[in-house]
Order: sequence, then structure tokens, then C-alpha cells
Amino acid sequence: MLTNDKLPLIREKALWMRRTAFTMVHRAQLGHPGGDFSAMDILATLYFGVLNHDPKRPNWPDRDRFVMSKGHATGALYSALCAAGYFPEDWLKTYMQPKSLLNGHPNRNYLAGVETNTGPLGHGFPVATGIAIAGQITGATYRTFVLTGDGEQQEGSNWEAAMVAGHRKLVNLTLIIDRNRLQQGAGTEETSGLDPLDDKYRAFGFDVFEVDGHDPAALLAVLGTAPGTKPRCVIANTVKGKGVSFMEGVASWHHGVPTDAQYEQAMKELV
Amino acid sequence: MAHAAPTAVGFQDCRNIWVKTLEDLAEADPRIVAVVNDSVGSSKLNSFQKRFPDRLINVGIAEQVMVGVGAGLANGGRIPFVSAAGCFITGRALEQVKADIAYAGFNVKLVGQSSGIAYGELGATHHSIEDFAWLRPLTNLTVICPADAWETAEAVKWAAAHQGPVYLRLSRMPVPDLDISNRQFRPGRAEVVRRGEDLAIIACGTTVHLAASAADLLTAEGIHARVLNFSTINPLDEAALHDAAATGAIVTVEEASVRGGLGGAVAEFTAGHRPVPVERIGFPGFLPTGSTDWLFREYGLSPEGIAAAAHRALSRKA
Repeated sequence: MLTNDKLPLIREKALWMRRTAFTMVHRAQLGHPGGDFSAMDILATLYFGVLNHDPKRPNWPDRDRFVMSKGHATGALYSALCAAGYFPEDWLKTYMQPKSLLNGHPNRNYLAGVETNTGPLGHGFPVATGIAIAGQITGATYRTFVLTGDGEQQEGSNWEAAMVAGHRKLVNLTLIIDRNRLQQGAGTEETSGLDPLDDKYRAFGFDVFEVDGHDPAALLAVLGTAPGTKPRCVIANTVKGKGVSFMEGVASWHHGVPTDAQYEQAMKELV
Repeated sequence: MAHAAPTAVGFQDCRNIWVKTLEDLAEADPRIVAVVNDSVGSSKLNSFQKRFPDRLINVGIAEQVMVGVGAGLANGGRIPFVSAAGCFITGRALEQVKADIAYAGFNVKLVGQSSGIAYGELGATHHSIEDFAWLRPLTNLTVICPADAWETAEAVKWAAAHQGPVYLRLSRMPVPDLDISNRQFRPGRAEVVRRGEDLAIIACGTTVHLAASAADLLTAEGIHARVLNFSTINPLDEAALHDAAATGAIVTVEEASVRGGLGGAVAEFTAGHRPVPVERIGFPGFLPTGSTDWLFREYGLSPEGIAAAAHRALSRKA
């Protein structure tokens, strides 16, 4: 049974991951910090409160799977995998350097813990659907979680996956949408509106939950509970750049990189 | 042998052997599953579905999720054969084939059905003649285009046992079994169909038997053409290409676009290693409507057309 005694650890890891990701982006002068930070509490909750996984056995057949469909947010994914023990901290310094295993977008052949290669949007949810089908037809006990961006929901492949998951009643599948309401250049609703996302997923046969994506207790209350009778869609309301004052809610931090002064400022705030 | 009509005795629709082989493999290995885009019938999988209902995953008319689901099933320890019309499994889902299968390196077998111009009358939307050019740069993906029923069965068996992504390009156009004794399926290796030193005819799939017939016509004229069954398009058998170039003239034949396919690959190789004249037989681009048989003849995919190309290549020989 999951209890709230995991919350201090999740919060501590989320803070370390934010500092780590921003340091990676500052060093590389490349990255996607806005989307890293909106997803950070979701990843910390999954890796330190939800997933049944073992970094020493990354190919354990019965592990829970987490698929990072918003593959550009490698600051978040790599800091989470490192915090969870999938690779040594030293490797973080190589982020996006020539021939680094820490590619700009994740590659499962480079890094244990990466379930599939993502980067082009709209790929993770279909692959996660396949993982869940494998579990369904074999009676396996593992669960599959997939995180997409919200702008990413504009990719039609997601709705193909939603039809399949709803039709097959993949109760072992949970889709989490990082609903920060910004895509790279503007708001989602002014670009190609997504609302009402909850009604859309209900219509596709999902149990829909809407939570504060920066509240580990709220995330745990949904993600940490046993499967129901339908696949789940968790709309996690988030703030792009959450945790650093000058990044919060600013679209240009989608792939903005900090100056030295901005980096110092962020490190003062992330305590 | 004259160019026989596709319905002639001894010609087989290789889809029958594809599905029989797959069912035999599935009987022995519970990890094998099939994934389709509503293409149960056109992939001849009705009987597979009856025998293994839980292992036939029909995602509906949705090629992107079909290929993505294939990758996910492989992540979950299954051996998926993802089967759909060649034009859709490649063109419609090309980024999934690239990112989810080839780049990610999942153990998925993609099966392009009714490839080439099997759907001749349906027009260019349903022709799959660009697939070689689209898939050849995906270096992790083994691309195999079997020439007859025997090779189709061997390729399916090999794909199931091989750990890694494979594209099998199958046809619905009936073909005869190649007349070769003591055959052994060796992926990545060209198969010698006719021996000869005057020039080399490099073919794959439905055109190999036509190339053999062309060689017979040439023999009557005293020209000895080597015929190679180049069923593996990716990776290329470079040793066989070296030897083919040593004859001094090459003709390539494929039921595909002449841009970037088998002929393109051969031209790339010879330009880089041993320049010789290369005459490419195939299709120049979007095709008019017409029966498969008519299109084959119209564009020179016939014993006579191939023999004529051989003469052109020989006339350019240094």
C-alpha cells in the first residue's frame, strides 16, 4: 500500500533533478528546460513512488515500464534515471557532447532504463500501447506509464493509440499528459486547441483524472493506486519552467538556455 | 522459358506459403504474434486468427499505431510480425519504421504485402515501388525480397529466428519456383541463378525468374549472362557486386522505382568501387493504371525487355 511517507523523498529527488537538469542545460548550452521542469514532479513521483523497477535489472520482464514520449525533455529523464541509479552521475557531464550516451533525445541502445527511442512526437503512446497489449495477452502483472506533452497531443498517432487502448480496455496502461498549456512558440489553445481534453479521453474509453502535476501527493493518489476497469488518462496541470521564477509560464524557455547569471539565479531559487 | 502468364501452372502466390510458415512457427513459439491494420484477409491471416485468436492484434485502419504497437510488443518480449500492404506499412508509417523499429532496434518483423505493383489498376497510391529507396538508408533494418515460394518460407523462418528488425517484401503476383538445385537461404548473400561471364543481371523478387528467362534468350545468341538473385537489398552483398562488376556490364531488374532501389544501390556501389555500365530496369516514377502484367511488359520487366537492356549494357562495355 502506498502511503504519503514517500513524499519527502519524492520532493527531495525532484529538487535534485531540477538542479541537475539545469546544470546539464547550462553546461551544454542546449536543451529543453521549460518542458523538463513541468514534467519533473511527475517523473520524481513515478521513479520514487510508483514504478516497480530495479536499475540493476533494467530488462527484468516484469518491470513496470515508463515511456518518455516527450523525448526532448531529456534533462528531466536523464536526471531521473541517474537519481534512480541507472547510470553514474559523472555521465551527466557528457550531455549532448559528441558521442555521448546522453543523446539530445533518448536512445534505448545507449542507456539502460530507456524503454524506447523517442524524439519525434506522438511515438511514445503507440509504443506504450503495444507494451500494454503484450502484458494483456500474456497475463503479465507489469504496468505501463507513458508521459506525453500537451502540444504533442496534436499528433494524430496519439488518437490512433487512444482508440486501440480504449477498445482493448488496457487497464494496465496509464497515459499522463503534461498539461503546461504551452508548446514551443505559443499557447496550445491559440495554436490548435486541445480542450476539452478530459471529455475527449472519456469518449475514447479512458478513466480521466485531473490533478496538480506539481503535487506529488495528488499524483500518487492516482498513479499509485491499483488499475481500474479502463485505461487511465491523467491530465497533470503543470507550469512550464516550474520552480525558476524567470522561466515559469514563458514559452521561449521551451528550448531556451541560461546565461551564467541566470544559472546562478536559478540555483539560488532551487533550494 | 517464355514469359508465362501469372496464372500459368506451377506459379504460386507466395502469400500462401508466408502464412503457412508463420502458423507453423507460431505453433512452436508462443512469442510469435501478428499485428495488422484491418488487413487480416489481404495478409491471408484468417486461419492464423482462428488458430491463435489472442495473438492476432488488429489495430484497425491505423498504420502509425500498428508499427508503434509492434515495437511495444517487442519490448514486452513478443516476436511481432506486423503485416500490411507494402504501400502503407512503409509510406504511411515511415517515421515509425525509422524511429520505433530501425533506430530503436526492436525485434520486429515488418511484412509488406502486395508490394510493387500488385495493385496495378488501383494506381500510384497503391503501388509500393518507393519502399526500397525509403528503407535502404535505415542501416539497422534487414530488407529481404524473396524470389519464390521456397525463398519466402526460408525468409520467414530466418526472420523469426533472427534477433533484430527485418522488412520482408512480399508479392501477391504468382511466380514459379526457381530452377536451382541444393539451395541454401543465406541472408545478405546473393544467389547464383545462372552462371556467365559476359555480363551480370542482378534481380530480386518477382523479376528473378524473368531475368533467368532473359539469360536463356541471350544464351541462344551466344551471350552468357550471370543471373543473381539479390533477395537481400539491405545489407548488400558487396563481394557479389565486385564479381558482377568484373564482367564489365550490369543490368538490374526490380519491381520498384529505378530511383534509389536495387538499381540505385548497385550504381552507388559500382561508382565507388568499379565503374561499369549499369542499365536499370524498373519503373521511372508514378505509373499509369493498368494490370500488373501489362505494366511489367510496358516497362520492360520481361525476358525480352531484360535481354534488350543486356544488349544496351554490352554496347557500352569498355
